[in-house]
Amino acid sequence: MLPDGLRLHMHDGPIDVIVEAFGAVSEIEVAYRAAAARFVGVLDELCGELEFLRRRACEDGDLPSGAIARRMLAAVRPYASRIFITPMAAVAGAVAEEILEVMTSAAKLSRAYVNDGGDIALHLAPSENFVVGMVERPDRASLFGTTTIESGDPIRGIATSGWRGRSFSLGIADAVTVLADKAAMADAAATVVANAVDLPGHPRVGRVPACDLAPDNDLGERLVTQSVGELTPGEIRDALEAGILVAESLCGSGLIRAAALNLHGETRVVIPVETGLAPSPSAAVHDRSLIHA
Amino acid sequence: MADDAIRCDACPVLCYIKPGRTGACDRYANADGQLVRLDPHVVLERAVSRGDTVVPFLEKSREWGGALLSGEETFVTAIGAGTTYPDYKPAPFIISSEVAGVDMVTVVTEGIFSYCGVKLKIDTDRHLGAECSTVRAQGEAVGHVTTNEYGSQMLSLGGVRHLTGGSRREGTATCDALLNLCNRKAVELKIDDGATVIVQADKAPIVDSVQEERMRVGCGSATIGMFAKQWFGKVDEVVVVDDHITGVLSEHQAGKLLGVPESGIKLKGRRSTPGRYFRVAEPGTSWGGTNIDDPLSILGLFDRKVARRGLRLLMVSTTGEHHAYFELDESLHPVEKELPAALRESVERIRENCEPALCTVLFMGGAGGSLRAGVTENPVKLTHSVRDALTRVTCGGAPVYVWPGGGITIMADVSRMPENAFGYVPTPALVAPIEFTLKLSDYATLGGYMDHVRPLSSITSINRDEESRRRLAARPDNPWPLTSDKSREKNGQ
Repeated sequence: MLPDGLRLHMHDGPIDVIVEAFGAVSEIEVAYRAAAARFVGVLDELCGELEFLRRRACEDGDLPSGAIARRMLAAVRPYASRIFITPMAAVAGAVAEEILEVMTSAAKLSRAYVNDGGDIALHLAPSENFVVGMVERPDRASLFGTTTIESGDPIRGIATSGWRGRSFSLGIADAVTVLADKAAMADAAATVVANAVDLPGHPRVGRVPACDLAPDNDLGERLVTQSVGELTPGEIRDALEAGILVAESLCGSGLIRAAALNLHGETRVVIPVETGLAPSPSAAVHDRSLIHA
Repeated sequence: MADDAIRCDACPVLCYIKPGRTGACDRYANADGQLVRLDPHVVLERAVSRGDTVVPFLEKSREWGGALLSGEETFVTAIGAGTTYPDYKPAPFIISSEVAGVDMVTVVTEGIFSYCGVKLKIDTDRHLGAECSTVRAQGEAVGHVTTNEYGSQMLSLGGVRHLTGGSRREGTATCDALLNLCNRKAVELKIDDGATVIVQADKAPIVDSVQEERMRVGCGSATIGMFAKQWFGKVDEVVVVDDHITGVLSEHQAGKLLGVPESGIKLKGRRSTPGRYFRVAEPGTSWGGTNIDDPLSILGLFDRKVARRGLRLLMVSTTGEHHAYFELDESLHPVEKELPAALRESVERIRENCEPALCTVLFMGGAGGSLRAGVTENPVKLTHSVRDALTRVTCGGAPVYVWPGGGITIMADVSRMPENAFGYVPTPALVAPIEFTLKLSDYATLGGYMDHVRPLSSITSINRDEESRRRLAARPDNPWPLTSDKSREKNGQ
């Protein structure tokens, strides 16, 4: 438990999960025990199929055996025919989703979230909501906006990707936050959109083959962003536009519900009108809000 | 991999990590070919990205399968905090940290203790020296032998009279011995007209070059009481040799209850109550803490009217370490024979019941007026606050016992503090860590230096000079000063 006595923190190898459930105290306890019991086998389960999960995903073909691995593959398959993507692009979201499902099937909760390194799975009982805060730079923990997710919205997954984050990015976005129906979907989509926010060949963007940094990375020889120098307002706009095009197409196909793209302090949002979502650029942190990046 | 990447085996991901890079977890890194735990500073930056505060790497911390603790559970100990003497300035770090919604304040300082010393508990039955004998280090008087406790000899070392009341050499030798003992290093002590003993916190004492292994199971009389039933029927008489109280089975209440017949044995020494003898020999480092090597030397002649040929006699020490078995010949003289298997078991049992002998070192010191002034403008209020249990005192994060009565006189187990927690000044005096933890509101009430209170995050994030700070895993057995009761309960689930 974290020192606030409310949140459960679980950690194993590279997986770092923070869980909070709301509801009756006895239900919360049942949910946390279920989460902890499920968490124990997660890393071994994933590592057992790591080689498969690091390979490019195919639209058809073999399914992995683990439940989380299947969630990962399902989340990246919609992109498999068009771009290089591996199931690893959705690993954090898939873990969050799995843990959340175990909790909500074990206990009656009004609300719950599972935050796996910024990729978050949500549970909302009718008429509940979550206030979500967004951070553009992991090293500067200030919010660039908040948004409220209501139980009536289809959104149950949030994910953020960017070159400053823990995983490598092919693009130059500081942070792309995506709201989608499920956490693994959001995770995969955030990766895809963040990769698309780019200025290919730009001299002030430092790129290094992923395998030079981490020999066993799933991105292999692909160039990953390591530094982004000063950009002109026009360049920032061009890069964001490239990402917005992708985000809008994903919105159109229902893969995501909304996205917020951030580059050098410029933020653009992609929100289909019918969702009714309205991000408020407020810096106020509500009680119980989630801060992630 | 044909390069200088290394394989991390900390978790099943088994990352190949290039020099200067971290693994997928950001917690393990390749530093010049060595797999290292990550510099917490980097974790800090990454941890913020996960909506979390600083994550010190705490191994085996609590329940939930190795879950990390973070943020508010970073507790700054006083070690290395620095201080001035007298403490006319506010303590070097006055830190606030929110614990479950309550603002807590820890006043961290290093105290210069000229009134301080150590209480040593040495688990041994061997005689180390007479009570009040002088204990010497480097030939100088640094303390004295005090009481004999159950299975242990207590020494009291240090104190202001040795530190500053004697010669310069005496003070320096005392300070040196205290510093080493408190920092859990070995120190050789010579007791006047007694033993030379090497003591080190949490290690077995070495008495006159012999490493002590076990504490005695009890005094000779208690041992008779514990094992009488196991001996009954297998042997006719048992003598448990002990420097304190030597026990004799047939005369002892335990033997009487079982109906053990008289054996005609005669013990030297002074009879206390039936079956219990004081001073059967002189104190020493042999059988049961006496000076004897031949157990028969404590026996007189057997009573011809009672004793009989073939009577079986076991003599054993209180640790089972020494034992001998005899049978009486026709002239009623004990003749040593091989210990029968049935009795070997009971001797083994005595050994098994003896706990490992250790030296334990308690630091004892008094927080004087000036140290308290470093914490608050009205020093006596701090004393009262400690008394009223509003303020918790810790030494390097370890719990302390606060003596009743006036002042703040504390005792703490040095083995529960981080290594090398103590320093010294040439006065000579020890520099020991001491932390006062209290509610922010209580701190204001007692006249605290409110304008010097710094949030914990400013210690851990603004001052990025990691060299100047040491991060250590918390000891799970130490009460975490900044944990709320509520979360402690949760952890105990």
